[in-house]
Amino acid sequence: MEAVLALVVGVLGGAGVWLVLRPRTFQVIMGLTLLSYAVNLFIFSMGSIFTDKPPLVKPGVPADLEHYTDPLPQSLVLTAVVIGFATTALFLVVLLAARGLNGTDHVDGTKEEQ
Amino acid sequence: MNFLFQHLIVLPIVLPLLTAAVLLFLDDQRRRLKSILSVSSTLLGLVVAVTILNRVDHGSGSGNLHVYLASNWRAPIGIVLVADRLSALMLVLTSVVGVCSALYAESRWMRASVYFHPLFQIQLMGLCGAFLTGDLFNLFVFFEVMLAASYGLQLHGSGRARVRSGLHYIAVNLVASSLFLIGLSVLYGVLGTLTMADMADKVALVAAQDRGLMHAGAAILALAFLIKAAIWPLNAWLAPAYSATSAPVAALFAIMTKVGIYTLLRLWTLFFSEEAGDSAGFGQSVLLGGGLLTIAFGTFGMLASARLARLASYSLIVSSGTLLAALGMGSPAVTAAALYYLLSGTLAASALFLLVELIERITDSDETPLADIDDADRLTGEDTNLDDQERPLVGRVLPVSTALIALGFMAAVMVIAGIPPLSGFVAKLSLLSAIVGADTTERALGVSAGWVLCGLLLLSGLASTVALVRVGIRSFWSSGGGQAKATRVEGIAVVVLLAGTFGLAFGAEPVLRYTTAAASGLHGPKFYIDTVLSANPVLRGGGSTETEGEP
Repeated sequence: MEAVLALVVGVLGGAGVWLVLRPRTFQVIMGLTLLSYAVNLFIFSMGSIFTDKPPLVKPGVPADLEHYTDPLPQSLVLTAVVIGFATTALFLVVLLAARGLNGTDHVDGTKEEQ
Repeated sequence: MNFLFQHLIVLPIVLPLLTAAVLLFLDDQRRRLKSILSVSSTLLGLVVAVTILNRVDHGSGSGNLHVYLASNWRAPIGIVLVADRLSALMLVLTSVVGVCSALYAESRWMRASVYFHPLFQIQLMGLCGAFLTGDLFNLFVFFEVMLAASYGLQLHGSGRARVRSGLHYIAVNLVASSLFLIGLSVLYGVLGTLTMADMADKVALVAAQDRGLMHAGAAILALAFLIKAAIWPLNAWLAPAYSATSAPVAALFAIMTKVGIYTLLRLWTLFFSEEAGDSAGFGQSVLLGGGLLTIAFGTFGMLASARLARLASYSLIVSSGTLLAALGMGSPAVTAAALYYLLSGTLAASALFLLVELIERITDSDETPLADIDDADRLTGEDTNLDDQERPLVGRVLPVSTALIALGFMAAVMVIAGIPPLSGFVAKLSLLSAIVGADTTERALGVSAGWVLCGLLLLSGLASTVALVRVGIRSFWSSGGGQAKATRVEGIAVVVLLAGTFGLAFGAEPVLRYTTAAASGLHGPKFYIDTVLSANPVLRGGGSTETEGEP
């Protein structure tokens, strides 16, 4: 479980960083999206990974981490997802504006020299 | 009165939020109403900030630190807002700069888009929230609020240069936000809490095998703040973005780099104070070394800039570097002087950003178009033949506004370069004497880092004088006597900011006394931690409970 999650975070993060460093704006926004997926999974994993453990207190079961998973990282991820989605959407608009103004999708707004 | 003050702390956050909501629904036809609402709301915010500062400064015992338990939950469980001397100081500074930028924008820039006012207010809300919150994740949320608004504001007025630099600005900040989240979650994984005071309390208790992980988390978190504070290798985004944006927005952005400095100051002194056991002083040499390199970089940048807006951006980088290096000295006396430097430097930088537009109006014959300000078409005055332009000054009436702008520019230059008698000189002098007084074991390039910092401070002062005076000569002497065009509100905004630096110079003693108290509170975080963690929820009757404060 941990190994799979770590691999997924690693691959997503690595791909994200590589794409962010690319010269095309579309690649950058894909990179930022992958990076935010990696970060969200990473936050999620920081509350320790359990299967079959609910984050909500049930009557009759003692309220400790033996019987439940930590609910806080899940709520953090929820907030981070919303914020990440909004800022990515905003970045997309700026990307389109830059494309329109510069006539190229290079991040510096200049045509690439061959 | 006490009850009212209890809730006064949320006002700097709630007031701009509500104002923004109201402004969003007002029709664009009612421009005058919108302006009045926006400026009066920021003015009210200033009054609130000054009241908080007054209460925090004159309170006794735990009165120096006001803890607001949101939704009446105790500290480690709920989110807390904390107003101490540093927060109150930053609030007042934000409000002053906010009022002046809002005033300045009324003359022209607000017309460039419908959403200027709401975005401006949201930006203020994010700034105030970041200064007040005592919870790390809440800090992230306020950072995002502030940044989201700043993306919109940075692009305000549109045009190629703005969109191009805005693209970089947004991308860099989105990556920084990812780093923020990674650092935050690592710290949560190790410490199991997100309330800053509680985290600081637990740092000393971290097991030896987890300490490395905690340090890694703290370093990644700090990287996010260092990007905002524009430390040297991570500041390439600043100069293009700040110099391309509109004048009132740039003036407000002058305080954005200070948010990074503030969070570093707050978290570093909390987490890695002397009481932090094995972690005490973690990252100190990075702050110091990075600060020194940033000063050097900014100084070269200032000397190399031809445009005043770029020059002003690099002066912000120099002041960031100075603050980072001063923070890295880790001595309360240096921090106190640095806080004074922060005040005077921010006011002067904001004034300079506003003056940039007024000065460029002298050199450009026609009104600056709102859109399409490109780098190239601003390099005017480079090849003006002095012989052709030189006219006898005697007998020619100097336009009053040009003289005023020139005087304002002179004052801003004196503060930024640290020439007596204005507040920049007081700031540099107290910084230098505090650095000489502080004994450090840190060494850079074989000499004591304190002496390197002193030398760099003096050199950067000289370089800023040279660079700024060069631009001044080109704008005012060899510009061919162009008429300055400035409306009354624009003039008032600049004058108020500069009057602030005058006030700092004449009231240097009480201000320094205040910053000294703030710095000693920062470097002895025990009081902060205890007060936040022992804050009790309020019962419905109005009294506090001891233990059974279950809401």
